[in-house]
Amino acid sequence: MTTTSLRLRAGLVSIVLLAAFLGIWHLATRSTASVATMSPEYAKLMGLTATQGKSAMPGPLDVGAKLWEHLKRPFYDNGPNDKGLGIQLAYSIARVGTGYLLAVLVAIPLGFLIGMSPLLSKALDPFIQVLKPISPLAWMPLALYTIKDSSISAIFVIFICSIWPMLLNTVFGVASVRKEWINVARTLEVGTVRRAFTVILPAAAPTILTGMRISIGIAWLVIVAAEMLVGGTGIGYFVWNEWNNLSITNVIIAILLIGIVGMLLDQILARFTRMVTFPE
Amino acid sequence: MSDKFISIEGIAKRYLGAGGATTTVFENLWLSMARGEFACVIGHSGCGKTTVLNILAGLDAPNEGAVIVDGQAISGTSLDRAVIFQSHALLPWRTVLGNVAYAVSSKWRSWDRAKVKAHAQKFIELVGLAGSEHKRPSELSGGMKQRVGIARALSITPKMMLMDEPFSALDALTRGTLQDEVRRICLETGQTAFMITHDVDEAIYLADKIFLMTNGPGAVLAEVVENPLPRDRGRTDLHRHPLYYALRNHIIDFLVTRSKTFAAETPDHDPRNVPVVRIGKPGLSIAASGEEQRQTWTPGTNPGLTA
Repeated sequence: MTTTSLRLRAGLVSIVLLAAFLGIWHLATRSTASVATMSPEYAKLMGLTATQGKSAMPGPLDVGAKLWEHLKRPFYDNGPNDKGLGIQLAYSIARVGTGYLLAVLVAIPLGFLIGMSPLLSKALDPFIQVLKPISPLAWMPLALYTIKDSSISAIFVIFICSIWPMLLNTVFGVASVRKEWINVARTLEVGTVRRAFTVILPAAAPTILTGMRISIGIAWLVIVAAEMLVGGTGIGYFVWNEWNNLSITNVIIAILLIGIVGMLLDQILARFTRMVTFPE
Repeated sequence: MSDKFISIEGIAKRYLGAGGATTTVFENLWLSMARGEFACVIGHSGCGKTTVLNILAGLDAPNEGAVIVDGQAISGTSLDRAVIFQSHALLPWRTVLGNVAYAVSSKWRSWDRAKVKAHAQKFIELVGLAGSEHKRPSELSGGMKQRVGIARALSITPKMMLMDEPFSALDALTRGTLQDEVRRICLETGQTAFMITHDVDEAIYLADKIFLMTNGPGAVLAEVVENPLPRDRGRTDLHRHPLYYALRNHIIDFLVTRSKTFAAETPDHDPRNVPVVRIGKPGLSIAASGEEQRQTWTPGTNPGLTA
């Protein structure tokens, strides 16, 4: 009862805040600037800002109308510089998905090995400590030079940025499985492989999933920047291309969509995390 | 002592301390148990009781000496020796049935799902948890969790059960009930059991033999006290037995004073032939002197106890 009313009230406050934000935005971008008198020929050369006093910044209504246009035709393809937003997002998600899955395939088994072996853990620690803080984009030139393919380079950058949180969390999760659970498996003469899958994996799963959730967030942050650099396709390229077209409306729409997709990716991982979390 | 089902032969455990100095928890420790016997170890914290139990379980290895169970020296853990952990150590992502079934399927790898489930179910019922099979450990009370721990240990039909203060985290009422259960199950199945406890009454109620350990480091097994109470003793009238207070006082005297001074007072203590104390049997009793002798109890003479 109280929780529903709290959620209701919180939702109301959210809606009020959104309305206030949109209202201020609308008022701030109203056409208020004075219009200079000019000859019709000159006026043709000038934009709407000069001739009609329209704000250079698009208002919420402009953005809404443009967004509706995009939503009606998300998958059109009019050549390399004019593709639907759906196609651009699909490219970005595909790159993030590929790089991220490759990172999962490497980080989790490797993290398991490192977590179970104190020797490997100590031996690999300096490498991980040095590689972890490197900005993923710093790898880009090296990737472009060695891989010689801009699209695969972007995937590599995603791979390299999402591997560290997963690896470190897997190592930590595996290394800190409660001794007593390990002892239960030992007294039951459970073999190493079965122990890894029936005791260590379920015990470490919440920590591993938390690392995976951090990774997907970072991967989605990095893909926009990476696509701005490599160009061609993707939502990051779309943002940069629309900036070059001076279409601030499209830039704002892209920003909004990047946020929504990022949130969805995070929510999916959050759901998986809840599935493997056990109450104690 | 003719049938040595379990024989601990001269084990030692040492830890490397800071600066290369070694700390000897205990050394040259000898101890034996017969089949079907229930033994309790009593001693202060730090005397190495848990280490002895871990060595028996195979979770820890001694620096010297050997442990022989059923004629064979042990190396590592075994499904023959089940452990009931102090902290119950249930796998929280498995249900009650899942936890017991995990042990069952570990022992009988070839069994199919239905057979494992039926076997696990039997032991869940034995500890009185029927109806809670599909609950997770987080939904259970402390006593119920420990029941699952007991069911898990029993389900693999071990040759012996090792218990490390299994009831110390429970409230007094639950502890009493579980002591009854453990005693009943051990008597019914003829289980050999080795239990660590801090509770003198628990030891008197459950044990056939009570091992008294002195304070560590350098702890020794000082005495083996044989429990003079009848095998069919009940928890409620335990304290009315004529030898109950003699036994209890003997153990408490040991814990309060002799556990500290034993090494100094008994320089000729032979760890291979630890004295066996039989309370109340004249000639064999070494500690039941003076005060305890006077506590001879006859039915009906003490209104305070019979009321």
